[in-house]
Parts: sequence; C-alpha cells; structure tokens
Amino acid sequence: MAERDPAWKVLPKPSHPHDSARLHVAGEARYADDLTEPADMLHLAFGQSSEARARIVSMDLSEVRASPGVVAVYTAADIPGANDVSPVAGDDRLLADGEVITHGQAVFLVAATSQRAARIAARLGRIAYEPLPAALTVAEAQAAGSHIEPAQRMARGDAPAALDAAPHRLSGRFAMGGQDHFYLEGQVSVATPGEDGQVHVLCSTQHPSEVQHLVAHMLHVSSADVTVEVRRMGGAFGGKETQAALFAAAAALVASKTGRPAKFRVDRDDDMVMTGKRHPFDVAYEVGFDDAGRLLGLSLHLASACGATVDLSPAINDRAMFHSDNCYFLPDVEVISERLKTNTVSATAFRGFGGPQGMLAIERVIDDVAMALGRDPLDVRVLNLYGPGRETTPYAMTVADNVAPQIIARLRTTSRYDERAKAIEAFNAANPVLKKGIALTPVKFGISFTTTHLNQAGALIHVYADGSIQVNHGGTEMGQGLYTKVARVVADVFAVPMEIIRITATRTDKVPNTSATAASSGADLNGMAAHNAAMTIRDRLTDFLARTYSLEESEVHFTPGGVIVGAETLDFAQVARKAHIGRVSLSSTGYYATPGIEYDRSVFRGRPFYYFAYGAAVSEVVIDTLTGEHKVLAVDIIHDVGRSLNPVIDKGQIEGGFIQGQGWLTTEELVWDAKGRLLTHSPATYKIPTASDRPAHFTVTLWDGENVEPTINRSKAVGEPPFMLAISVFSALNRAVAATVPGKRALPQLDAPCTPERILKAIAAFSA
Amino acid sequence: MPVRFLLDGEVVELDAVDPTATVLDHLRYTMRRTGTKEGCAEGDCGACTVLVGALEGEGVAWRAVNSCIQFLPMLDGKAVMTVESLKNDTGTLNALQETMACNGSSQCGFCTPGFVMSLHGRTIGARGCDLPVEEVIAGNLCRCTGYGPIIEAGEGAGSCEQDDTRVIAALKALEGSASGEWRGRRWFAPRTCDELAVLLAEHPDARLVAGATDVGLWVTKGLRDLGTVIFLGGIAELAAIEESDDALTLGAGVRYADAHAAMARLHPDLGELVRRIGGLQVRNAGTIGGNIANGSPIGDGPPALIALGAELTLRSMAGRRTMALEDYFLAYGKQDRQPGEFVESVRIPRPPADAVILISKLSRRFDSDISAVCGAFALRVEDGVIEEARAAFGGMAATPKRAGTCEAALIGQPFAEATFTAAAEALKADFEPLTDVRGSSAYRVEAAANLLRRLWLRSQGVATSVLEAVDG
Repeated sequence: MAERDPAWKVLPKPSHPHDSARLHVAGEARYADDLTEPADMLHLAFGQSSEARARIVSMDLSEVRASPGVVAVYTAADIPGANDVSPVAGDDRLLADGEVITHGQAVFLVAATSQRAARIAARLGRIAYEPLPAALTVAEAQAAGSHIEPAQRMARGDAPAALDAAPHRLSGRFAMGGQDHFYLEGQVSVATPGEDGQVHVLCSTQHPSEVQHLVAHMLHVSSADVTVEVRRMGGAFGGKETQAALFAAAAALVASKTGRPAKFRVDRDDDMVMTGKRHPFDVAYEVGFDDAGRLLGLSLHLASACGATVDLSPAINDRAMFHSDNCYFLPDVEVISERLKTNTVSATAFRGFGGPQGMLAIERVIDDVAMALGRDPLDVRVLNLYGPGRETTPYAMTVADNVAPQIIARLRTTSRYDERAKAIEAFNAANPVLKKGIALTPVKFGISFTTTHLNQAGALIHVYADGSIQVNHGGTEMGQGLYTKVARVVADVFAVPMEIIRITATRTDKVPNTSATAASSGADLNGMAAHNAAMTIRDRLTDFLARTYSLEESEVHFTPGGVIVGAETLDFAQVARKAHIGRVSLSSTGYYATPGIEYDRSVFRGRPFYYFAYGAAVSEVVIDTLTGEHKVLAVDIIHDVGRSLNPVIDKGQIEGGFIQGQGWLTTEELVWDAKGRLLTHSPATYKIPTASDRPAHFTVTLWDGENVEPTINRSKAVGEPPFMLAISVFSALNRAVAATVPGKRALPQLDAPCTPERILKAIAAFSA
Repeated sequence: MPVRFLLDGEVVELDAVDPTATVLDHLRYTMRRTGTKEGCAEGDCGACTVLVGALEGEGVAWRAVNSCIQFLPMLDGKAVMTVESLKNDTGTLNALQETMACNGSSQCGFCTPGFVMSLHGRTIGARGCDLPVEEVIAGNLCRCTGYGPIIEAGEGAGSCEQDDTRVIAALKALEGSASGEWRGRRWFAPRTCDELAVLLAEHPDARLVAGATDVGLWVTKGLRDLGTVIFLGGIAELAAIEESDDALTLGAGVRYADAHAAMARLHPDLGELVRRIGGLQVRNAGTIGGNIANGSPIGDGPPALIALGAELTLRSMAGRRTMALEDYFLAYGKQDRQPGEFVESVRIPRPPADAVILISKLSRRFDSDISAVCGAFALRVEDGVIEEARAAFGGMAATPKRAGTCEAALIGQPFAEATFTAAAEALKADFEPLTDVRGSSAYRVEAAANLLRRLWLRSQGVATSVLEAVDG
C-alpha cells in the first residue's frame, strides 16, 4: 500500500455530535452499573487500613463473616497468583500483605448479597496494627530520605556559571497541590465467571489490556483466559488509567473463587480515599536574567509527593521536566526532579501527566522575573519564546513547528490585552477592596507517550455483506469523542455516511496488547490504525472491482454518491455483497506505530515527542482583599488542534480542560490530616468548579493551521494541552494580589490552589 | 400501608418499604430505570436529579431533588419524573434534549441526565427555577464540558407549559399513607402538628426527617439504621409562610427554595445567603427547621437569623415554648429540645428600613459549598450612633454563636470607621475557632474580623464583593 496522507478526501468537513449524545440525554447510554444484575450477583467492599503505615499484627474478621448478607471474605492469602495491581513496578497490592502503607488501603475484601451489606460488614474488621514511622508530605519524605527512585537531572550548558554571570538573579519557591479526578462515574467493575477458569470483566478503565494482564497474573491464568470490555466511561481524566485495576482484580477474584458474578461499584468517598490523584509539587528555583528580562540561567528543583508506590510516577515526573521550558528557550539550565515516597495514596496519571506542574513552575519563574523588573509579564514571556536560532529544548529536541509566537500575538490583539491591562490599573487605583489582575500565558505540550513503545495501536474493521461496518480499536471512550472521531475516519475511507458505521465496545478479545487511552494520543494512534485497517479493505475492494470489471484500479472511486466503477455507480452495499460472493475478505486489522520518536532517558536527550500542540489564554480575575474570595471574570483562548477532526468535540475538550485546570488552581484543595487521612473525600468538602464558576465571558477560537507531521487528517491531539491554559488564572491572581501594594517590584508568595485563605495570606505577606 | 406514587401516569404501589431505602436505589436497581445516576450518594453532584411533583393549591408543584438522599416514604402521594419520562409520545427526544445532543452538552454523559432534569424543571416552571441558568444548575456537577453548551441549551430552552391535568387527578386519588413497618422498623408520616406531638410523645427516640439533606447521609455514608422515623413532609402547617409588616414567620418544614423570595424581601443579603445555602436540589428539600434542629455549627441559616433577632417556637404535647434562637444552641451537638418536642416555627422580625445589615458567607466555592465562616450583623444607628448591634457567626465555634465582645464594642459608639476597626479587634476575643478542612483558625479569625470592615466600607458605597464586579 502506498504511503498516503490521510486527510479528509471525500466527505465534507466534519462536526458530528458525540456518537452517544442522543443516548446520554435520554438516559439510555449504558455504563457498567446499568446492566441488569443477575440474581446471584455479589457486591463487594474493602476493609480499609486505619493507619498511614503499620505492621499488621493480627486480623480478626469473624464479625465481618457473621454480618448479614456476607458470602465470602478474602485476604491476601486467598489470592491464587500475584498479589499485584501495579502498572510497572509490581508494588501495588490488591490486599495488604503483612503491612499497610497508606490510610484507606485495601486490607480485606468482602463479598455480600448487596452493596450495603458489603459496606456494613467491611467496617467490622478488627485489625491490630503496630504503627511505623510515616512520611506524609514532600518535606517529611525529604527529611526521611524516602524516594521511589533516584532524582533525575536534565541539563544543558552551565547553569551555575550562567547564574553567576547574569546581571540579575533571584530565587523563589512555591507549592502546588494535587487534584482529585472527580470523574462523575466512580470506579466500577463487573466480573463474570466463564467456563474452564475464564473470566469476563466489564470495567470502567482507560487501559483494558493492563487490567486483563493484571487479572490474569492475579488469578494465575493466561491472558487468553481473561477478557476485559469497556463501552464507555463516565469520565476518567487519567484516573482510570491504572486505578481501575484494583477493583477489577477484586471483582475477578470473587468471581473466580465463588463462581458467581461480582460487581465492585465503589462508593464515592471510598473512591476518593483509595484512588490516586495528581502529584502535588514543591518547586524551588534560582534564575539569572538581563535588564530586559531575558532568562540566562535557570536552576529548577521539582519535588513531588508520589505516594506510597511507584505507579506511573517516573514518567509523570519526566513529563514535568520536559515541560519546565514550556514555550521558552532556556540557554543554560538544570532541572532536578526529586520523586518522594510518601505514605499517602499513590499519585497517578491526571490530564497533563506532570506537564501542568512543570509548566506552572516556569510560568511562575517568568512572572517573578517580570515583577522584579517592573515589566509586563507578557512582554517578558514574548522575549523568551523559542524562535530562530533559539529552537532547541533542554532535552535537545528541535521545536520545529513553533506557532506559539503567532498565537500569542493574535490573542494579544483580539483580547485587547494591553488596553485591558491599563483599564485594570485604573480600576485598582480606584478600588480599595477589590483588585483585578490579567495574564496571558501560552502552552506548548509534547504529544507522544514518553515511554516510546507505548506509541502503537491496533484496530479491527468488519464490513458485512449488507454494507454495514463495525469499527473496533484499542482506544477507550471516556467522553472525549474518540469513538466519533475514529468512526468518521473510517466513514471517510469508504465515503459512506456515519450511520453505516456501528461503533463497538473496546474489548481485549478484539484488539490485543493495547496501550492506555492516555497522553492525548487516542485519536492520533487509533485513528491511524483504523484508517490503515479500512484502507486494507478498500484496497481489496478496489482490486476486486477492477478485476471484475476489467478496469484499471484508478477507474474505481469511492464517493459519497456511491462507488464509481468505470461507467457504473454501485452503492456500497452492492459492492460489499459482490465482494463477499467474489470471496474477498471483508475484515481487516490495522496497525500504527508513531514514527520518528526516540530518546535516551539516561541523559534526557532525544525526541520524546512526535510534535507539539500549542495554545494561549488570557484570563482576567478579581479578588476581594478582605476575604480572599475571587472570581474569574473573562477568558479568551486560541488553541491549536491542527486541522480539526471535529470542531465541536475539540472545542468541548478545550473548554472542559480549561475549567478543570481552573479548578486545580483555585477551588480544588486536598487536605490530609496529621495521621495521613484524606479529609476532602467527598464533594461536600472537595470543590470542583460548578456552572457559576465558569467565567461570564469565555471565548474559544481554534487556530487555523495544520500539523506539520502526517498525523490523521493533519490533526493534533487535544485531550491534555488545554488544561494548562488555566495557568493564566494563577498568574492573573498573582498580579491581583500584587496590586495591593502598587509599585512594589516583587511577586506575591501565593501557593496553589488559590483558596480564599491562601489569597488572604499572600496579601498579608506581600504588604508585610 | 403501602407507599404509593405516580410515575409516568402509573401508580407504583410498594407494600413493604424499607423506610430509609433511597429513591435512587429503588429507581435503578428495582425498577431498572438506570438513566438516573449515582455520582456521590450525598446530594452534592446532581447526577441523580429527578423531579418530584406534589399537589399544591390547584396545581402541581414540581421540584428538582437529589434522589440519592430522598427516602422512599417521602414520595408517598407524589408524582415522579425521571429522564426516562421525557421522550415525546413518538419516542423522540424533547426539544431541550435535542439541543443538548447536538451542541456538545454531553461528553462522558454520566452527569447529563441530571442536567436534563434540572433544565427540564426550569422549562416547565418547577419551583425555585426563576434564576439564571447557571444558578439553576449550580447543584449539578460536570467534570467534562466546562458547562458552556449546557448553559446555552438551558438559555435557549425557554418555557414550555406542561399539562398536569391528569397528574392532578391521579394525585388526588392517591391518599397518602400515615405509617408503615418493615422488618421491625416503623415509620410515620403525620399530617398535622397535633398528630406529630402525639407520635413524638409515644416515640420520643424517633428520628425526625424533614428534607433528609443531612440525615440522608447518615444512611448512605454513615450506614446507620435510623430506627423509628417520622417524616415531616406531609404536615401542611409546618410549611406555612406568614409575611406581615413586622415579621416573617416560617414553619419549620418550609423548604429553603420556597422561603427564598420572602427572605430576600426581608433583606437582599438574606436572599443571597439562601441562594447559596446549597444547590437548587438541596434548597428544594432542605428546610428552615431542619437546618436549625440539627444544630450544626456550620449551618448557614442560624447565624443570619440570630443576628436578625429570630425567635424559635418549639412544640410538644405540653404546649409551645418560645425562645431566642441563640438560646436553642447549648453546646456542640446539644440543643435545647426536650423529649417529645419538635421545632415548629421561626419568627424573624422585619428589620427597619434603615437598619445596617450585612450577611456574608465565606467558602471555597460560591455555590453548593459549606461555610468556612458565616457572619451576620444587624445594627440600628440613630443620629450617627450605633444604638443596637447584633453579630452572630457560624463556623467560629461549636455552635452558631453571638459575638458579645464585638457587639459591646459597637453599641453606643459612633457609626465610624474607627468603631469598626475596634470592633474587629474585639471580635478576636469572642472566638477561638478550630482549624479544620474548611479553613484554619487564623483565617477564620481574620476573615471574620474583616467582615466588619466590609460592613463599614459597603455602607460608604465602596464595592466589596467580587460577585458584583462581574459586570464592572
């Protein structure tokens, strides 16, 4: 098959609604908990650790077993295979074995005839612990020398020398909190036992293959004996990349041991306590710069609380390092990334995957430099952008497709940034209590899994003899519209209407050995794999029709009006029927591996990303200097999705990503107590943005461009990059706080999230 | 006696009902109506929103509520509408659904049925919906969309008269049950205060349930068995609102959404506080009396009512007892309610037109959040001198509490900046608040003191609220 540039050839520019939208609004879209429960279904709950770190001295589960409705109670000793639900390191236990390493950790498993019965029984375990010293924060773990892996270093040039030589130099530190995913559908898995040791797991997961492999190892059966299926998730955001495995494995264990179907539908509070979150980071920096604000030397220290196990923390912290340049050229730079092991629930993937933390760090450095010089931070940003002669990242990748300068310039004009900045100065001068701030910040986000082998995908397409088409691929649908985008790619290959395409659930028995739907890569990888599968079938059809009608292949065309075969036009169903009778295979797999990427983690050098996605946002905020309350007033965004696969869906990702980022930096505060217990374990105390937090003025414009790389339709990934546009809110809040002391050349000490309490504290410290 | 309710024109009759089974679980796992979702099971996300209709006057009052913390007997004699009820007779989507399906209102779709129900409620004129769309849906959380298309769909939906003739007829035929028993657990649903007084005398340990916005969590999260339950929702007297020139008297069973207009007329700050007391689904269930009776130190109603000089009336077989509201709160978790007594009403004197009032709730998020600090002040100023001052706070102590030292620093002093500076300083002697999940002790003290400054500056015409800066 010849190399093709897979851009829309036939069908008009797409903007199909989400494939399930009509089912969503009717309440007819089925999630894992919506399927009719068999009469013998068991429901599960974990007995959880009450200690952050302790040795289990004894366990008395007699009251648990005696509780009404309880059918079975299991501990680590009951697991037939590996007691492991970890993605990489083998250190996440399904059930605690001898010791607990976080509060809330699963210690034993209860199967009962109802969810309530299981939850009541799970609270009746009598476990004696011998507490061990626990580290709960970055600082405590640093003091204890507790790490999940050695610190990593990425450097170019001689940062210390550049710092020494710079005309100006300043240092700073700040902290940013983690974030709960708060997917609206909690973790849920339904395991159904099959014959001869097989098990089927319906699971709300971004990573069916990993769940399959972990369940197989845990049950000591082969991967071929386990099928994992997911039609859709009620949100995920990274929180179902590795975190679904715990509950899937528990359900599979019960199904396997009892021979009865088992459902683990996790209570929201338990879910928030037991599943990982975004990594909180402590950041320290030393920066050298010239009179204009150009960065000359930077020493950046990133320290994250990774929780009690490895999970995906190495790759997440790597990505934080890779994004600590954002859009800026850093001539002499050293980034040290420290990965602390804390006795809190293991931090995990979350939209942006470390990128937001690295990017927030450099944006704060820029703000600090600008404020110290008394310059508009946007001017300092522009001055430091990658550009001609300054286009190599600290990890030695060339920024080949840099549209950040143009996007920033356009947004500066369209949002009337400079005019508004002046108006805000006047407002602040006239208002003693309320202070406004404005900021424009850019985003450059690298697209590809930094673990190179994950950049592959498979698809499976069946054309039936009636002309209908089933599409399947390894990507999962969590609301991001992946299924819709991929279906559209396939419809385009055959030039058939979308209605012909039946999108089917992601299943490990259809497409094997898949990567997680993560790293924003879903459409890039699966779209291309499905395209390749469809092209294989179309090529067979073309060949068959040319042979049958004694024509050249160039005389066969798939068009929306039908398949033109020389002088005749056949509808697609006729072609399918003829091909079936002509004994042509109408089914094909497709495969895709991202080309051109490689990097050497031992020296942090290479090309970890296929390309970058860009964007910029300008946010205007107001704060109340008496209470610390704030409001985001106006947001304008220009974002680059290449040539959009679906503008409505892409804009939805951009808006939703921004608001989620706004939540991370403002209202969403995770609070642990001194014993390592998460206090914000419910929506009563953990506050994601609600409709009234959406700024009254909010515009999103897609950048009119295309990917320089031959991605599917020359599109760009869109899942994660927009999240970081919300850094503009953080920056604007800092400027609003700074406005409380006019003329002071310094950046307020404001940590994220910017709760009213933190803002009030920053105001007090700034005027002190 | 069975629990009976109306669902899509059919009477659903449940002979034996677990009195604390939730409406959501019944819909999902018994009736297989799985369109209604569980997001949190604590009334904070709105994914389980359904509309409940009750006969009121000549019509049906529909209210959006969180079905996850409504108990089945609370549906007795009512009509229910779920997302499955909305399709047209021909099986097609209604106009609102059609818009939402096309404009990107759903991504993962899990919260969507709840939004559909909240917005559908707005289109049919359900209670509490005469607000901007984003306030009607502030009790519905979406983690995917950023809300833009949903707000747009809601704004475009307009209003659509619903013909409730058949519902009215069917509800009239549904005589409510007064009691039931399930596996030894009894429940009652009295219709009058007299009946309630008798029941309480017979069952002094019975759990009183009004809107269940708090007690619901004892069941879904605390996994508690509530024992004997008395549901208050059927007592019309408790739902009475009496507005006169000198006072507003609210029955203990008045829902916040129903009290909103009258409370806003008493003072705009009180209206804003009520709007922010919880999402619409919570305001549609939660009651004035419930918010007082449970004695929460962070309940938002009491501080404002105390500052306004409200009086509480308790009732029992022995008669009525009236006290200043602040006297009801004795200590953390301990109220001055004797066995056999129930909260009957609260009377709020109408403040004079020239009263200086400020009621401020401080929380991490403006809507659907619980206070870190809730402060309320009511001053009477004559000839430039503060003659009377009442200041009360929530979140600052183990109970809603007046700030005596602060009040003393205000009374008799000139209405001037220096007075408020001194009173703010004095306030620090009134409270030693806790540090907890909602805020540190230091923040609470500082922010509470700054509310006095906010009061002064606002009286001088200075802009002091970020919510008012939105259009500025």
